[in-house]
Amino acid sequence: MSQENTGKRICPTTGLPICLDAQFFIKCNAVLAVVFLLVGGIGALLLALTRWQAVHLLPVDWFYRILTLHGLNMLIFWILFFEIAILYFAATSLLNCKLASTKAAWVSLLMMLIGALMVDVIIVLGKADVMMTSYLPLLAHPTFYFGIILVAVGALVGVLNYFATLYKAKKLKTYQGSVPLVVFGATAAAIIAVVTLLHGAIAIVPTFLHSMGWIAQPDPIWYRMTWWGLGHMSQQVNVCAMVSVWYLLGALTTGAKPLNETVCRGAFLLYIFFINLASAHHLLVDPAISVGWKIWNTSYAMYLAVLASMIHGFTVPASVEVAMRHKGYGRGLFGWLASAPWRNPGFSAFFLSLVIFGFGGGITGVTLGTQQINIIAHNTLRIPGHFHVTVVGGTTLAFMGLAYYVVPLMFQREYVFKKLARLQPYLFGIGITTMAMGMSFAGSMGVARRNWDIEATGSIYGPAAHLFLAAVGIGGVLAFTGLLLFILLTVGTVLCGRSFAGKPMESWGTPRELAREEGHAPLGAPAGFRGGAPAMAMAEAHPTQGTMVLAMIFLLSFAVYYFANWKALADAWPVR
Amino acid sequence: MNQASRSSLECPAPDWFHAPTGNERTWIGLALCWCMVMSLMMPYWHFKGKQNSSGEAYSVKPADFIKRAEKFVLANTGAESLLDDGLSPVVPAPPGEVYLVAKQFFWFPTLKLRAGETYRLHVSSADFQHGFSLQPLNMNFQVVPGYDHVLTIKPQSPGTYPIVCNEFCGIGHQSMVGKIIVE
Repeated sequence: MSQENTGKRICPTTGLPICLDAQFFIKCNAVLAVVFLLVGGIGALLLALTRWQAVHLLPVDWFYRILTLHGLNMLIFWILFFEIAILYFAATSLLNCKLASTKAAWVSLLMMLIGALMVDVIIVLGKADVMMTSYLPLLAHPTFYFGIILVAVGALVGVLNYFATLYKAKKLKTYQGSVPLVVFGATAAAIIAVVTLLHGAIAIVPTFLHSMGWIAQPDPIWYRMTWWGLGHMSQQVNVCAMVSVWYLLGALTTGAKPLNETVCRGAFLLYIFFINLASAHHLLVDPAISVGWKIWNTSYAMYLAVLASMIHGFTVPASVEVAMRHKGYGRGLFGWLASAPWRNPGFSAFFLSLVIFGFGGGITGVTLGTQQINIIAHNTLRIPGHFHVTVVGGTTLAFMGLAYYVVPLMFQREYVFKKLARLQPYLFGIGITTMAMGMSFAGSMGVARRNWDIEATGSIYGPAAHLFLAAVGIGGVLAFTGLLLFILLTVGTVLCGRSFAGKPMESWGTPRELAREEGHAPLGAPAGFRGGAPAMAMAEAHPTQGTMVLAMIFLLSFAVYYFANWKALADAWPVR
Repeated sequence: MNQASRSSLECPAPDWFHAPTGNERTWIGLALCWCMVMSLMMPYWHFKGKQNSSGEAYSVKPADFIKRAEKFVLANTGAESLLDDGLSPVVPAPPGEVYLVAKQFFWFPTLKLRAGETYRLHVSSADFQHGFSLQPLNMNFQVVPGYDHVLTIKPQSPGTYPIVCNEFCGIGHQSMVGKIIVE
């Protein structure tokens, strides 16, 4: 086969070139990502069943231990491994280039794997009950910090390999003009990742040295500020990667095209320029940090990173609307949405992710991150209530949707039990939303995060708080069931899915063309993202009124929630 | 315009640079306005609102802070030593400097304050980071060792208000609950 000579194959489904080296590492990273997702997921189930006061499963030391384990496996390991896979895919397949260095990819993979195992083992041994944040003066075993440093440096090597591949593609002219939008978004994520990982190094390296007894304890406030340069900014990497995946899945499942490349790319640029001090959101009620610093860094004067998310939140569904209307599904305001391929798990995961992230995560995040409103939110369950709908209902769900394409295309095997796969995004989405809402409402009643038993010293909260904690438990069980289903289906596919090597993958279902379109319709391409009329011309022919109505509903919900919180704040005692 | 269509997986047409139009343009404008409103709300509340986190703090060694707190307790209870009367509420005369120590796993002392009076509440930690979470008002502030965090507060209505620690501070964290009594 010519494969051997060129080191690449052409994907029969999408027509994209696939670098075989990159394919190997994409597989490795994706499989490891799923393994860590399972570890974190089991932790999630145990935690949800403990915070549900009526069940109260775990003993006290194991609750805090598992909480530390859950945070690191979910927020760092699962997501970083998967993001490295996305970066390798974007740089090689979309730019038609070979991976710059297999050696670097091995170094990255092994460092991340060894580091992650070190962290998990030392936590389970009970030597690192410090939470993911490990705020000084709490101190874990040095292995804990060393493991995190290994993971961070490994990820950095992976990111640099991505940049090297971009450079190689540019130099060899493997593509013409500007890079595709998905690559642009992935690059934005990679740039933010470099800054993030450097913050991590600056915070964790001295802490590691301190844990070895070699230097004095770093200042706790300095640590908080620097650590959150890692902790919060890494979530912006996730946002960037997730938005890129939205664009990618929109294209694969409905043939959506970016309506205006300038707008989409501009919004990614806003992320790069205006997200980097989001660590401020964690220091809004800290001592010794001035009001001016807090307000400026909360908003960077104009909330331009929030603006970026609001732009993507419009352009992504608008591109789907235009694509659907162009195919002839144009009835009324929402005919395009009703006829969307809801049985395709790639689409349902993508669209649920968009809605849950926007309405759930976005609105709560911006509100809780407002300087003064943070007084009635800091360290309560409102905070995890926010980030479980951004990073789980948003990022993780979007990545699951991507897996329904990446796994079959890379392993060249059909998904097993497709009917269950079609249900999975709904189960997971509903579960995580229920859980996060339970957290948010319980938090509004003052229930603290990271607390084993809210009644350890007697009753403080009313029955309503208990009701919402039960919702956390029930939602957690539902979400875990969805997560386990995803893992079982994916592992089942990798091990014993029907092979379709050399043929296109069976379509998950994409909308048929109702109206004949001008130009050349793609023949037998189930993904159907190629061909058709130019996006701008399509956009002119098909208005985006449905999306505009959705966007206005979003803005209204945002304003109501935002001002309701100012009202709640005004009811608190005066404080300066 | 380029005749080939370009998806987000393909390189865009060479002439991809266009100003936004139509609904997209309207939405960007609306979103920007909303962002401006949110930006202005914070400085507005800083000057006009009554609840702000000024971050007023002073460097202090944990041992020195504990000494100041003990002195404050003795001065306001009339007891000879902390052992005699360390547990009954301290009733400081307003307006004044009031001390609260966070330590694994308790808050010290219990304060009795008067509604409608203003106090300068000094909060700091003797060991790890803690979270000052006043319930059911749900007012939350970070407590960090080495930092004397000053909260200028004005209690509003009589009652007993639990102080929950909401920053993980060790395995006994959940039982770290104190109280402020307002009369």
